[in-house]
Amino acid sequence: MSGGSGASPENGGGIGATQAADEAERHQPAHFAFDEESERRIPGILARYPETRKASAVIPLLWLVQEQMRRQTGSAWVPKAAMDVVAARLGMPPIRVYEVATFYFMFNTRPIGRHHLQVCGTTPCMLRGAEEVARACRDATGIKAYGETSADGMFTLSEVECLGACVNAPVLQVDLDYYEDLDYESTVRLIEALRRGERPRPGSVIGRQASAPEGERTTLLDVPGE
Amino acid sequence: MALSDKDRIFTNLYGLQPWSLHAARRRGAWDNTAALIAKGRDWIIEEVKNSGLRGRGGAGFPTGLKWSFMPKQSDGRPHYLVVNADESEPGTCKDRDIIRHDPHLLIEGCLLAGFAMGANTGYIYIRGEYYNESVVLEAAIREAYEAGLLGRNAARSGWDFDLHVHRGAGAYICGEETALIESLEGKKGMPRLKPPFPAAVGLYGCPTTVNNVETIAVVPAILRRGAAWFASFGRPKNHGTKIFCIQGHVNRPCNVEEEMSIPLRELIERHAGGVRGGWDNLLAVIPGGSSTPLIPKHICDDVLMDFDALRDVKSGLGTAGVIVMDKSTDIIKAIARLSKFYKHESCGQCTPCREGMGWVWRVMERMVEGRAEIEEIDVLEEVTRRIEGHTICALADGGVWPVQGLIRHFRPLMEERIAAYRARHGSPQPALPMAAE
Repeated sequence: MSGGSGASPENGGGIGATQAADEAERHQPAHFAFDEESERRIPGILARYPETRKASAVIPLLWLVQEQMRRQTGSAWVPKAAMDVVAARLGMPPIRVYEVATFYFMFNTRPIGRHHLQVCGTTPCMLRGAEEVARACRDATGIKAYGETSADGMFTLSEVECLGACVNAPVLQVDLDYYEDLDYESTVRLIEALRRGERPRPGSVIGRQASAPEGERTTLLDVPGE
Repeated sequence: MALSDKDRIFTNLYGLQPWSLHAARRRGAWDNTAALIAKGRDWIIEEVKNSGLRGRGGAGFPTGLKWSFMPKQSDGRPHYLVVNADESEPGTCKDRDIIRHDPHLLIEGCLLAGFAMGANTGYIYIRGEYYNESVVLEAAIREAYEAGLLGRNAARSGWDFDLHVHRGAGAYICGEETALIESLEGKKGMPRLKPPFPAAVGLYGCPTTVNNVETIAVVPAILRRGAAWFASFGRPKNHGTKIFCIQGHVNRPCNVEEEMSIPLRELIERHAGGVRGGWDNLLAVIPGGSSTPLIPKHICDDVLMDFDALRDVKSGLGTAGVIVMDKSTDIIKAIARLSKFYKHESCGQCTPCREGMGWVWRVMERMVEGRAEIEEIDVLEEVTRRIEGHTICALADGGVWPVQGLIRHFRPLMEERIAAYRARHGSPQPALPMAAE
């Protein structure tokens, strides 16, 4: 994973990476503590793994951190202080937690906007118009390039790799929800709705039934059940 | 030739019905699972072997044989079943449908597979992006526990079986089975050297089998309806039904469960509304997810969709993600975008991959423009051969195969592009050598 965190600059080398690191440093809170909701979920997570293999819970606990930050600050990211808390909780050296937090693309190691617009740019989506989706995201948010956050703090725009919804391409993941079968206009409408505080129903924006073909189905016409 | 609905395993592929246990039971899931388990481990493994089932995650290894590698007796270490739901191969979106629309097929399959390999614990490793799918899966597992189908004496079979969901956080490499195990242990997803194979030393150093979602989810149907039923579909050594993901430049992209060995053209025309602009507007197809080399139209005309037919044309069935490209496609750009994908997803452990994926991508970007020398096509091809087979895992192989496929079938186009650039700009800079690339 040469890319680092989800919101890091595209090619993460040299000066850009240093600037990003400096900026992240400025935003780092001094302390982090799991809140009640996170604490309530931790025992169930730890119970999935053998007593002596607590490190297995590192990704689940980092997810709890990122979701707690979303609840508390409106920005879903993982501060360094939280990585230290996770390390202490799991009995891991902090460096092992830093490694995990920076290796996996979905953990944001610096603050992001209220909504994370993740454009799938891989070939299956590209063939169906991902570049138009990306252009719509830029036009509707004022963001100029991947990795940036809009001036009002509402949106961060990232390019992500294959989201695994290719028969509903092109796809945009907003935070944790997929919006599918998009084009320029529907992407702009989606972003405008998000700006108004609405949360349109995830899935196909043209009303397709999941991965079924548009219009008449060719299979599953004669199925027992409900 | 076409599969009929009565022979489809994934009868709720599109989510037309609820995913719930109640609805799944009405579709036939969890029907006297204990009776299947009562027939014993050897019977289950033998049935799976006889069915001809080959792994649905891309490599196509015979599933029953893989299971038979697990120790017959525990040496004191627990055995683990790990389900690979890290579906991330570009072009692949089938496991997502199983998980969100028919999770009980997977859960029941986990119990049967777990029993067959002596595992009392299973983990389903689902990719981080599939958050909503993981919510459904966890709810379905809760239902199964509440109904006594998991846990102590699961489904009254006498076998104890616990099943957990582990959600990743965005890393294609974790679809490689040993990287997945590393990730599940709480580390960076970097593949392990094999041997030892996971069946000997896997999760937490214990015997482990890693199987794809679709592989596990078809097991209950095979055991109920019989190995011979499953083996009656497809050509010899390529048996069964298979979910295909048909996408790109087709009129009606979709997932569909079909018979193995269905002709590619029939698959596209029957289920996906045909190629945009008609069959003659087809340029090429990537038949099995991004790692499989493209095949040009003249091969697509009559090739069959199975492991061996596609291997014979120097491609592969892979995950059966069928990426269709019509004549409007800039095929060099389409492949270059895949090179970017592999560069992004390399874990960085092996030098040929860490350095090579980036190098290949940068050269491919120049090939898109034509800003290259004709000889550089040969250099590119040669470098891909030096990368292939020289890394711990197959990510780099999958990264260079699409480029090799492009050169194999579209070299004249690449040369044309270079000539056109030269006509506009004169000789490109930099030229050979490319060490500083």
